[in-house]
Amino acid sequence: MTALPGPTEKRLGLVIDLDTCVGCQACVTACKGWNDAGIGLSDQDPYGADPAGTFLNRVHSYQIAVPDGPAQVVNFPRSCLHCDTAPCVTVCPTGASYKRAEDGIVLVNEDACIGCGLCAWACPYGAREMDAAQGVMKKCTLCVDRIYNETLPEADREPACVRTCPTNARHFGDLADPESKVSKLVADRGGYDLMPEMGTRPTNKYLPPRKKGPGDASPLAPLLDVKATGIAGWLDRMLGKV
Amino acid sequence: MHPAPSVILFSALSGLGFGFLAFLGWGALQPEGLAAFLLWGLGYGLAVAGLLAATFHLGNPKNALKAFTQWRTSWLSREAWASVTTLAILAPVALSDIFGLGLPRLVGQVGGTLALVTVFTTAMIYAQIKAVPRWHHWLTPVMFLAFALAGGATLSGRVWAPVLLLAVAAILLASWKTGDEAFAKAGQTMGTATGLTRLGLPSVLDPAHTAGNYLKREMIFVVGRKHAAKLRRIALALASAAPAAILLLPLGLWGIALAAVLHLAGTLAARWLFFAEAEHVVGLYYGARG
Repeated sequence: MTALPGPTEKRLGLVIDLDTCVGCQACVTACKGWNDAGIGLSDQDPYGADPAGTFLNRVHSYQIAVPDGPAQVVNFPRSCLHCDTAPCVTVCPTGASYKRAEDGIVLVNEDACIGCGLCAWACPYGAREMDAAQGVMKKCTLCVDRIYNETLPEADREPACVRTCPTNARHFGDLADPESKVSKLVADRGGYDLMPEMGTRPTNKYLPPRKKGPGDASPLAPLLDVKATGIAGWLDRMLGKV
Repeated sequence: MHPAPSVILFSALSGLGFGFLAFLGWGALQPEGLAAFLLWGLGYGLAVAGLLAATFHLGNPKNALKAFTQWRTSWLSREAWASVTTLAILAPVALSDIFGLGLPRLVGQVGGTLALVTVFTTAMIYAQIKAVPRWHHWLTPVMFLAFALAGGATLSGRVWAPVLLLAVAAILLASWKTGDEAFAKAGQTMGTATGLTRLGLPSVLDPAHTAGNYLKREMIFVVGRKHAAKLRRIALALASAAPAAILLLPLGLWGIALAAVLHLAGTLAARWLFFAEAEHVVGLYYGARG
């Protein structure tokens, strides 16, 4: 059913640390690899002139003009936030889009999806992409086929993006449990919601980049003030007058 | 938003069809025999053609029947119910008109009202979407209903159809005015989308991907906005002014036909704009705004 289950006992989700993400795209690749083998994520013309494909996780890079400090680069992974009041769920006409009552994961039942695309329209975060080959909607499953998978070693029972992240910028856990590692991270670091005014109440949280101190003067700075001497100096003076 | 021809045709044709069916159901014309067959056929033809066009928009239409299951939450599911119920209830009314069976007009009035409910549910599919600020406004259903009523009144040759056609122009102008301000009013920027305003002013350094994807094709559509001002004038002239003027001339049935065709062309132009000008907040991640 596309009715939302109401407050769920567990709220499984991700906490993404924008301070440590280096934008290496390993999470993008790991996600694509795992889910391509699982639910299938097609590519169109992957080695041709105009490649395109379905991804459940994308990493943007932004530069930030900081008013009282040096400019900063922030790498920004974007995937499904597994919202409490997920607008993508209630708009679905077939019941294919649903939120699990037991852990809050938002999923698509592809066997019921008609590929109308309305859920992707309803999502403010661009978390859903229609698979051009299969004609059904794809989204982050929080690797539901890993996190409960007892055939995997325990260390691997977390989402592929989290498992692969080389800088530990991605954390997985229960955000309904105030004692969980992820909840503590959110509390310590001021984790925040994306576009809270959209009323989606996302589960996933982002940890803000730490503010950098004032930049050191460049070691090359003295070279910027070179005074030409000799013939070059004479030329400089003469040409300056012309 | 990508102005897909299937969706534009769907909302324009079914809007006009259900608008006309509303007038036929309420007994504005009460035709008999062959005339009834042709008029009801036109209403059903437009409505069904629109609904069929909509199925071309589906990636996986074999599950289409499942769209009737989620009417409790989904406007698209409600629309499926409203449209099918309307067509089912009005079918005996149409047969009664054609064969003179004398079915009570009350049935037609119920069906006619449901036809307008159908148009309302279509509009709510768009109006409910908060992530597209231009659509998320009460003027969206008002605009869809105005088109349906004006088109229906034109096709059924009501003397006051020109008034409704001019009302369409007024509502279009109002929806463009509120729509142009809607995105800024919603207050979302790249800063709020990423939460990075807490540091400073963000701008795109590297795109997340250099190739296209579903999001960019479907929701970050920019082609065509260039001609928006011109298309708005065309939409106003064709959907409203021209058919209103033609209906005032003593041209009889031909006048009605010409006015209806022009009105439909104007509706298509207005619907193209409805999609092409609508901006989705996901564009903010890609630097589509600010």
